[in-house]
Amino acid sequence: MNAKAMTEKYISRGLVYAVLLIAAAFFLTPLYVMVATSFKDAEQIRSGNLLSLPNSLNLDSWRLAWDSACTGVDCRGLKPYFLNSVVMAVPAVLLSTAWGAINGYVLSMWKFKGSEMLFGFMLFGVFMPFQVVLLPMSQVLGYLGLSSSLGGLVLVHCLAGLAGTTLFFRNYYAAIPRELVNAARMDGAGFWRIFWRIVVPMSTPILMVTLIWQFTSIWNDFLFGVAFSGADSKPITVGLNNMANTSSSVKSYNVDMAAAVIAGLPTMLVYVLAGQYFVKGLTAGAVKG
Amino acid sequence: MAASLHIAGIRKSFGKSEKAVEVLKRIDIEVAPGEFLILVGPSGCGKSTLLNIIAGLEEPTEGELRIAGKNVVGVAPAQRDIAMVFQSYALYPTMSVADNIGFALEMRKVPKAQRVKRIGEVAAMLQIEHLLDRRPAQLSGGQRQRVAMGRALARDPQLFLFDEPLSNLDAKLRVEMRAEIKRLHQVSGITSVYVTHDQIEAMTLGSRIAVMKDGVLQQIGTPDEIYNRPANTYVATFIGSPTMNLVQGQVATAGTQGQFSFASATVACPCPAQGTAVLGIRPEHVKLVDSGPWSGEVTIVEPTGADTYVVVKTDVGNITVRIAPNMHYKPGDLVGLELSNAHLNWFDVSSGNRLPIGI
Repeated sequence: MNAKAMTEKYISRGLVYAVLLIAAAFFLTPLYVMVATSFKDAEQIRSGNLLSLPNSLNLDSWRLAWDSACTGVDCRGLKPYFLNSVVMAVPAVLLSTAWGAINGYVLSMWKFKGSEMLFGFMLFGVFMPFQVVLLPMSQVLGYLGLSSSLGGLVLVHCLAGLAGTTLFFRNYYAAIPRELVNAARMDGAGFWRIFWRIVVPMSTPILMVTLIWQFTSIWNDFLFGVAFSGADSKPITVGLNNMANTSSSVKSYNVDMAAAVIAGLPTMLVYVLAGQYFVKGLTAGAVKG
Repeated sequence: MAASLHIAGIRKSFGKSEKAVEVLKRIDIEVAPGEFLILVGPSGCGKSTLLNIIAGLEEPTEGELRIAGKNVVGVAPAQRDIAMVFQSYALYPTMSVADNIGFALEMRKVPKAQRVKRIGEVAAMLQIEHLLDRRPAQLSGGQRQRVAMGRALARDPQLFLFDEPLSNLDAKLRVEMRAEIKRLHQVSGITSVYVTHDQIEAMTLGSRIAVMKDGVLQQIGTPDEIYNRPANTYVATFIGSPTMNLVQGQVATAGTQGQFSFASATVACPCPAQGTAVLGIRPEHVKLVDSGPWSGEVTIVEPTGADTYVVVKTDVGNITVRIAPNMHYKPGDLVGLELSNAHLNWFDVSSGNRLPIGI
């Protein structure tokens, strides 16, 4: 390779990196501002620059946001909402994922008359704006006696997420050769044995994708949280909103920022821990393992 | 324990009644205990569908299927006591080789100790003991093939089914595994049905061969019968490589002292009844001579080592002749062709069916 080609290569490489760095800065700056502000005291916020580093690592606003910031007259911080979200998200994520896996298994490997049509209808669920179901859903929750409860929210999230999780698993399982199921059938395994012993062990990548996807959407959901929760079953998104919007004489930006970071932390953690599987899982259909 | 297999009037069609596609049109096959039956035919002839019906993976539209005298239509695959080797091997990717082989035993609630013993025996039989802890992805094609065989062998079934098990292997390995399958069948004596589109596999492995085309059984017989007495022109040309020469002409005189004329030549041979007929003759049953009533020009010479094939252009088309490798011909040579009268096959012009010699 001659010198000119080398230079051109370096320049184009440099351009690529420049674009990537700018994009990274664009997305990371708000996070930086949030974290930096959460460590500043009220004095520095009032006087200082938005981008300046905090003078000290002041954890007061974090403590406040966690268990004593006030929402109206209730001064228990974000803690109860956070716990509500955990109690809601964990079962909802697990149930909707397991349910979607079974649906996908049936729709790809145990096709029956009309199963393709059923899958077609389920796809509607993926693209349907959830505002449409708010009223009928609230009525159903009323019939079931689950209004304004965490149980009701778990049910709503399971149903809302089911179309997506079914789609994920169905498409992943469609790539598994039919002969594998036939071999297991001849070996004497039934519907559930084939699922547990053959299919589930092959599902790690798509399982991770679905778990991350569901956790993120359920944890971050605001619509259902605000529509179907009661006084003591509000999830963290609603709690954060209420806390930040509580009108008081002085706006404590540092507390709001700490609260926002706390609210976003679990999803970030899930990405860091399972993110590698996310990319693997999204591309898994392309090449057979 | 070898079982018999009884296939009677099996029909299978797919799709709705008006537009149904019939892939099997009344198949009748009787397989004796311990036999090795080959189902052979071009792709789309229905051989794999028939195998799946025997396995229970598909149900016939109509017909009767008995294994060891017991009617199995409607019986679940697992209850038929059948083992099957698939084309893609279908090994369970997340299980070790040992677990793959032992899975069927585990499903049948065989105690662990007995299972381990059986896995060991099977692995020894197939010389894969050193692979037992590996995953299928860590094996070569030939090793996977062996594991698939092991999985089928492990539980000593009544019936073995093979669905083109060698078609994913390279040529050398295929020959090796072919011999291995033959050996295992001789050792186990289990009744086997083997689907292939490869006529060499069919000839070498089968104790009987069933040739199928378009869902219809064309002929069933021993390799010798299929090769030397094909029932029709389809079987005649499908089995054998290079393919059988077919010559259409007029029978001038019928009977053992008959005469057959075509284009510019008339040859003396045992002939069928008078009229138009197709003569079928294999390349090894034509002799090249200096001159004779039937002659032509050598166009292609193909040495294969053991034999040499010579294509002779005659006025009724190209005729392939097998000659010994020490005989030398070159393109352009003018030669005479002589038929070996003991090995002639006669077929009807319109139906393609075999015709008897004589009046």
